[in-house]
Amino acid sequence: MGAEFVALSLPPLLIGILAAVTCALPGNFLLLRRQALIGDAISHVVLPGIVIAFLLTGTIATLPMLLGAAGAALLAVVLIEGVRRTARIEAGAAMGVVFTSLFAAGVLLLEQSDTSGVHLDVEHALYGNLESLIWLDATGWASLVDPVALAGLPSELPRMALALLIVCLALWLMWRPLAIATFDEGFAATLGLPVRAIGLGLVMLAALAAVAAFDAVGSIIVIAMFICPPASARMMTDRLGAQVGWSVAFAILSAVLGYVAAGYGPLWLGFENSVSAAGMIATVSGLILGVTMLAGPRRHPAGLARKG
Amino acid sequence: MVAIKDVNPVQAAPRNEGVQAPPPALSVAGLTVAYGEKPAVFSVDMTVAQGTMTAIVGPNGAGKSTLLKAVLGLVKPLSGEVRLFGLALSRARDRIAYVPQRASVDWDFPARVIDVVLMGLHRELGLLRRVRPEHLDRARACLARVGMQDFATRQIGQLSGGQQQRVFLARALVQQADLYLLDEPFAGVDAATEKAIIGVLKELQAEGRSIVAVHHDLSTVRAYFDHLFLINTRAIAAGPVADVFTGENLQRAYGGRLGEAQLAGGTLTG
Repeated sequence: MGAEFVALSLPPLLIGILAAVTCALPGNFLLLRRQALIGDAISHVVLPGIVIAFLLTGTIATLPMLLGAAGAALLAVVLIEGVRRTARIEAGAAMGVVFTSLFAAGVLLLEQSDTSGVHLDVEHALYGNLESLIWLDATGWASLVDPVALAGLPSELPRMALALLIVCLALWLMWRPLAIATFDEGFAATLGLPVRAIGLGLVMLAALAAVAAFDAVGSIIVIAMFICPPASARMMTDRLGAQVGWSVAFAILSAVLGYVAAGYGPLWLGFENSVSAAGMIATVSGLILGVTMLAGPRRHPAGLARKG
Repeated sequence: MVAIKDVNPVQAAPRNEGVQAPPPALSVAGLTVAYGEKPAVFSVDMTVAQGTMTAIVGPNGAGKSTLLKAVLGLVKPLSGEVRLFGLALSRARDRIAYVPQRASVDWDFPARVIDVVLMGLHRELGLLRRVRPEHLDRARACLARVGMQDFATRQIGQLSGGQQQRVFLARALVQQADLYLLDEPFAGVDAATEKAIIGVLKELQAEGRSIVAVHHDLSTVRAYFDHLFLINTRAIAAGPVADVFTGENLQRAYGGRLGEAQLAGGTLTG
């Protein structure tokens, strides 16, 4: 493994790992709050957001895309809360209504607008373009300490790293209030904790993770990583801190195994072409969940099934 | 609805507290709470003197839990005022502790018994202070008080209902509050747990603390509590158990839903 690996495989692999971990971290708390679907919702509503941003600016430059996605995520969160309160239905149903409607609206918008000249389509939204995030300036491992070459890294890498940093910092700061409010919201409120702001903060954190990861890896990975690594981790331990640790390990494992399997697996099996790395990473995370559900030491998944 | 003036008038919150007289642990004036259009609690006044142990009793759907939640700021009242030790809720938080209904949380949450008890120390610890050995000692002492010292490292989902209820009480004990507000602390617990909980509550009262509990078992009202607050959306009657726990008042609180047999069984005749 040398120059070719550093230029072609290292950046997408790192971005995949960063995206997986960034989504898995808030996913732990979403799962325990039975809000795991919110990741699904956010990653879908990102589509109309970026289409509208494209229609307004006429480019697919990063900043307007991210702003459009963030705006759509915010709108979705507000709509979900609004539907839940006015229609008095459960959160899952409210999310389902809002994100399918907005995603459908995004597909219609995309069809009606002239995006033929740019790389903007539903497939891109679903699968991302992980394999195309290559590092042309790299000539080998030495490039990792070469400032000139480093400047040519795909911009998704530092952006994803920044998103992960923000998520880690926020979770570290909110850890105890978030844990208390997640377990027992009423009790948390009597302690004077701002439980609604905490809940909203968590959703905003999830939106940040989804929007940052979406552009690089597509919504398939985002949806899978919000749910699968935390749910697998819940099978391994009965302690919150350990669960979050396991979820990070499973997210990294999914990203590495998935990327390698997508790139080389089909060749090993005698097929000619590689398959989508995003799809394979999500599939691997699902397989890991399956294994932990069958063999994990704590097989009573929060948010998936309940005993007694 | 019968007017409440005739018998055992509900005490109004004192308007003018003397400098020397301690303020009531809890005073509620004109409290109305509604979910949707129908009020769950209507125009309720309530006073709990310090050092007393009060049962809030009434039929299902009478607004017992809602009243407690409104006092704690968990539901927003349409109108009315709540004072705790003469203070607004936001200034009295360090003096109150809440024991929610056991069924209100998901016990599959990844936490050990000691983790749940330590949650009661959050106001002392704040955002970033670490849990130190003395905090652990205090949490363990509170577990011992409810007879759960051997379960500190047990996953909470593995406990029986009664054990879970005791953990909730231990979490409130570690808060070292002056007023304990409990929502159905004896619901669905075993006899040993019931005995342990009432023992601890009586100890708290002996220390001069005040207790208010939503309670549903008429047969134990006399034995467990010294004050009774009867509610059916409106306040029906309030005062010392000996005065308020009468067949007439219960009939008015429960209406036709309380059979003669229940009234007789409720130690009314004894």
